[in-house]
Amino acid sequence: MAKSPEEHPQKAFGWAARDPSGTLSPFHFSRRENGDEDVTVKILYCGVCHSDLHSVKNEWGITRYPIVPGHEIVGIVIQLGNNVKKFKMGDRVGVGVLVGSCKTCETCQQDLENYCPSMIFTYNSTSQDGTRTYGGYSDIVVVDQRYVLRIPDNLPSDAAAPLLCAGITVYSPMKYYGMTEPGKHLGVAGLGGLGHVAVKFGKAFGLKVTVISTSPNKEDEAINKLGADSFLVSTNPEKVQAALGTMDYIIDTVSAIHSLAPLLAMLKLNGKLITVGLPDKPLELPIFPLVMGRKLIGGSDIGGIKETQEMLDFCAKHNITADIELIQMDYINTAMKRLSKSDVKYRFVIDVANSLSQ
Amino acid sequence: MAKSAEQEHPTKAFGWAATDSSGVLSPFKFSRRETGEKDVRFKVLYCGICHSDLHMAKNDWGTSTYPIVPGHEIVGIVTEVGSKVEKLKVGDRVGVGCMVGACHSCDSCDNDLENYCPKMILTYGAPYYDGTTTYGGYSDVMVAEERYVVRIPDNLPLDAGAPLLCAGITVYSPLQHFGLTKPGMHVGVVGLGGLGHVAVKFAKGFGVKVTVISTSPSKKKEAIEHLGADYFLVSRDPDQMQAAMGTMDGIIDTVSAVHPLVPLIGLLKSQGKLVMVGAPNRPLELPVFPLIMGRKVVAGSCIGGMKETQEMIDFAGKHNITADVEVIPVDYVNTAMERLEKADVRYRFVIDIGNTLKSA
Repeated sequence: MAKSPEEHPQKAFGWAARDPSGTLSPFHFSRRENGDEDVTVKILYCGVCHSDLHSVKNEWGITRYPIVPGHEIVGIVIQLGNNVKKFKMGDRVGVGVLVGSCKTCETCQQDLENYCPSMIFTYNSTSQDGTRTYGGYSDIVVVDQRYVLRIPDNLPSDAAAPLLCAGITVYSPMKYYGMTEPGKHLGVAGLGGLGHVAVKFGKAFGLKVTVISTSPNKEDEAINKLGADSFLVSTNPEKVQAALGTMDYIIDTVSAIHSLAPLLAMLKLNGKLITVGLPDKPLELPIFPLVMGRKLIGGSDIGGIKETQEMLDFCAKHNITADIELIQMDYINTAMKRLSKSDVKYRFVIDVANSLSQ
Repeated sequence: MAKSAEQEHPTKAFGWAATDSSGVLSPFKFSRRETGEKDVRFKVLYCGICHSDLHMAKNDWGTSTYPIVPGHEIVGIVTEVGSKVEKLKVGDRVGVGCMVGACHSCDSCDNDLENYCPKMILTYGAPYYDGTTTYGGYSDVMVAEERYVVRIPDNLPLDAGAPLLCAGITVYSPLQHFGLTKPGMHVGVVGLGGLGHVAVKFAKGFGVKVTVISTSPSKKKEAIEHLGADYFLVSRDPDQMQAAMGTMDGIIDTVSAVHPLVPLIGLLKSQGKLVMVGAPNRPLELPVFPLIMGRKVVAGSCIGGMKETQEMIDFAGKHNITADVEVIPVDYVNTAMERLEKADVRYRFVIDIGNTLKSA
């Protein structure tokens, strides 16, 4: 018989969705006891990732209710396991998309826990003890130290939270696919949570950055606030025509169904289109442009823990954080509705510590 | 008034051409330019029949202008060289593949990737620098700039070596470029035709484990016993496909018919690469989740540059790799094209030009 959410010894409280309407409401549950390898984190802030929205509404068909979302968690260490040496009480730490993996397979040994076949997600997954994982829209979380990140001192907790998913999701492929050569031209398709961070990383890597978007009203901010070099509206055929064969790489953050053909056409020879958005249906891929231009389309999924720490340290060095709208916990359902209409610049972050009350 | 094909150049040439989109080939008199200072002139002995020849003869891609003399897997013996030719001499065994020119000043050309030059000139059916149309290897004589002529190693027979000039380089280039040549790797080859069978041989030459993925169970015996593949998967058998999920470092997909990518992406290990060298004429469905969850790649590749074509032929010479061919007389060519359309060949037709192409 499945245990109830109150199966663990430590009481916990958060907000959960109970059905595919996706509406969130207060939820009592529990966290495991802090084991030798564990760190207990009092949660201060949690970013609202678009994956949270997909998950509460079961858009990918894999949600088990009740679900407590949230995988952009920043908080303070309040308990340490006996084997934990790298953190101390009071440290500011983060937890991202993963809280477990097998630790022994080839990918885990290469610090790529995110590609481990037994990877355990921060929410909506099954732990090694058979219980469900619950995410960061909650007061505390207990995590194996391997999956806990240190937040650099100069990064504010609230604006750093989205880096734990959005940040690593664009940083990892930018490094893996070599999208970091100064002077090269990067296209960023989609200017949302992921896209706006990709623009900031692109500029930090010394790239020329063009934002590719369907929303003309985002141009001013893209150029003047985020630092993009140019902006093109992908539904404007003349602009697309002028950009043909000009980009070394494109990072595609769009999760709606969209056409890949214009993006492929904007790539130079040997260009790379890297997709990190998660549409819920297949896209159409024209093969001729791949063959004629030796182009490629590749995927990427968050990043390993070592790389996530590297990304946070890179952000500290370049003073990069997300642009956020801080909200109270009880605003979450409105925030989700606005998120589904892309009405946020560019990430909601829940002020958990100050607004999550029982 | 435009000059006729026979008159536009000073030396006579004879071949077989398609004159309309029926694709039927018949004897055709034309002419070749004089041997220029950078040119190599050779007597054509054999020419492979590439599936592209069939597509072009029938105007399947909408780019053909008639008459077309196809053929871009051309081998023969040098009869004359221009004054600035340095590496080749009369009597050498040589070949010409898919290209006979490019701009020689762009990034691609500077990187020995003439095949990606925007001004690359195809061996047949394309406008040459002088405005005349290029004619391919279903003909008695060929003239090409030295840069586009490769030397065939002495130990490779010319007839079985001819298909390497297109089929060979088309699979060799991506195996190298996408790093699928390390001994111990596992590479899949989809489609066992002209390209596929050579891909199996090259991959084995590199010391990788090879699985052939095919819709035809009847090809299994030959794939394993004759071509040296390690395994054979029938792509329509869900159990076989399931058992092979997540086992391949890379896959070379030679199939140009529309086909599903999902099962192929599933066969790849994490970080695996699916390289398309066949080009279906309609977009394929790309499931994004599997690409993302495994950091996998779908890429394309198109023939190869001249430097790597020579490297490929030398590799073939070293490892005794040639195509499996059915040598035919030129007057069988229309029947061969019909059989090719039904994939009824093991695995490339090669026209015995030297012995059977006689001008009227």
